[in-house]
Amino acid sequence: MKESLPALELAIPVRARDFLAGGDGAARIRQVLQQVGFPPGVIRRVAIAAYEAEMNIVIHSLGGELKGRITPEVITIIARDAGPGIPDIDLAMREGYSTAPREIQEMGFGAGMGLPNIRRCTDELEIHSAPGAGTTIKMVIYNR
Amino acid sequence: MEYFHSVRLEQDKCKGCTNCIKHCPTEAIRVREGKAHIIQERCIDCGECIRICPNHAKIAVGDGLETLALYRYRIALPAPAFVSQFAGRAGLEQILGSLLTVGFDDVYEVARAAEVVARTTRRFLAGYRGKRPLISQACPAVVGLIQVRFPSLVEQLLPLTTPMDLAARLAREKGRADTGLPDEAIGTFFISPCPAKITAGRQQHGGVPGPDGVIPLAAIYGDILKGLAAAPAYACRAGVAGYGWGQSGGENASIGGQRLLEVDGIHHVIEVLTRIEAGDFQDIDYIEAQACPGGCVGGALMVRNPYLARLELRQLARCLPANAGELPEPGNNLATTPVQPRPVLQLDADLAAALEKMHRLETTQALLPGLDCGSCGSPSCRTLAEDIVRGEAQDTDCVFVLRERVRVLAEEVVELARKLPPSMAKPEGGSNSENQGNSN
Repeated sequence: MKESLPALELAIPVRARDFLAGGDGAARIRQVLQQVGFPPGVIRRVAIAAYEAEMNIVIHSLGGELKGRITPEVITIIARDAGPGIPDIDLAMREGYSTAPREIQEMGFGAGMGLPNIRRCTDELEIHSAPGAGTTIKMVIYNR
Repeated sequence: MEYFHSVRLEQDKCKGCTNCIKHCPTEAIRVREGKAHIIQERCIDCGECIRICPNHAKIAVGDGLETLALYRYRIALPAPAFVSQFAGRAGLEQILGSLLTVGFDDVYEVARAAEVVARTTRRFLAGYRGKRPLISQACPAVVGLIQVRFPSLVEQLLPLTTPMDLAARLAREKGRADTGLPDEAIGTFFISPCPAKITAGRQQHGGVPGPDGVIPLAAIYGDILKGLAAAPAYACRAGVAGYGWGQSGGENASIGGQRLLEVDGIHHVIEVLTRIEAGDFQDIDYIEAQACPGGCVGGALMVRNPYLARLELRQLARCLPANAGELPEPGNNLATTPVQPRPVLQLDADLAAALEKMHRLETTQALLPGLDCGSCGSPSCRTLAEDIVRGEAQDTDCVFVLRERVRVLAEEVVELARKLPPSMAKPEGGSNSENQGNSN
């Protein structure tokens, strides 16, 4: 792809089980996109996808990071974690399917909507995961 | 668009402290040359700076009682929270009647219009199948906050006008029927608990006028107190539901429903709106969001302590029926034009240029100490970085960056001072340490 400018890169660490800070990374990405001036609809889709991916790291993993790569044409968010991995990705994509522990579901998280929500908000979605090897989710949203 | 603002600075009182800049929810204030400056396009007139300023240098400019003289028939529109300010000195009907002692010919309770809005909201929610939650438009500071900081949420604002504007329109109709006077001879005046409503009152919504004037409560507090003892009784035409709008939770209570959420205090509102924009709260039908702590009873132009005012409001309303008897049909009076985003935080109108500026903003911020001390006159290190990128500040405005530059410069000066012309002999004795220093 032809790019006139270097992409803006953001990297935000995400800690496992830190529910107080959970969502800060997505909020920061949202703030940057808003100040740059992306259309509200695009910002909203990125905000939702980034938030769900960030909360997945908080809930399921041993920690990881949220990376953003922003150009005028396309926004790419990569959520990478060290953790148990997803044994069956197709199953995880189903609405309502969740492996979150009960105490976390009782906190109002882990309703099994994370990945389905991400899919709804993104133009391209890649999930790389294997048991014990962590998970990497690449989310692409076009500015159009 | 030229933007009227009610919140202003009284230059003489401002001491240039940085309290206000740190509390502004839209980062709309900078301290420059010893005085606070409000960036007009960013200000949402929430009144946080009025509340926080230790020198009372921030004020709200509204209309005074002298503007009543412009009209032949004058109707007061007291906000539901108005009566809470005078409780303990007179009963509800006398407090309302006191408005007749300061120059008004009639009173139209905004609480009554609020009940009409609540009824229509209830019907609207029952048939609504779009994106949830819907957000109340009743607090203009919250609407401004959404326009500036949460532009994607404007489409979730409930498309109904506010109780203030509806009251003005219904009062005008009633005045016309009562007196036979034309519209232009009838003046409607909202008595406001906050600066945001002063600003909102000056705006025209798609040509449908709101009140003709907005008088800050604090500006007529003394006059009302004086007239209170001899005031005639004015028969209340609203119920507990309408007066409840004066405090947080009252709007939701008058609408009724299972999944209605109320939030008050502008920084709490920001937290909730952030969650909504991230896709949370979709199982909530409606959000009543108010910028002031406790709702309108906590308005920045109110005189009494907000917690006491809340108690007084509840006790005053106790004598009222749950709802106003017969409510007027609003007809077209509830119409409002769609709220548009105000993209004032954007770094540049051109996306590529904005992205390049964001690049510089991020690198600049990384060089700042992160103390958010405010000494530079910007509210945080990030905003200073933003101001630098916009060309409105420089990095040496930061006292820590400046100090570091001075240190480097001082070391260079010392270094130079040690150098000797080759023709000169080295000074005798005590030069051991210096020689060692030089040879390093």
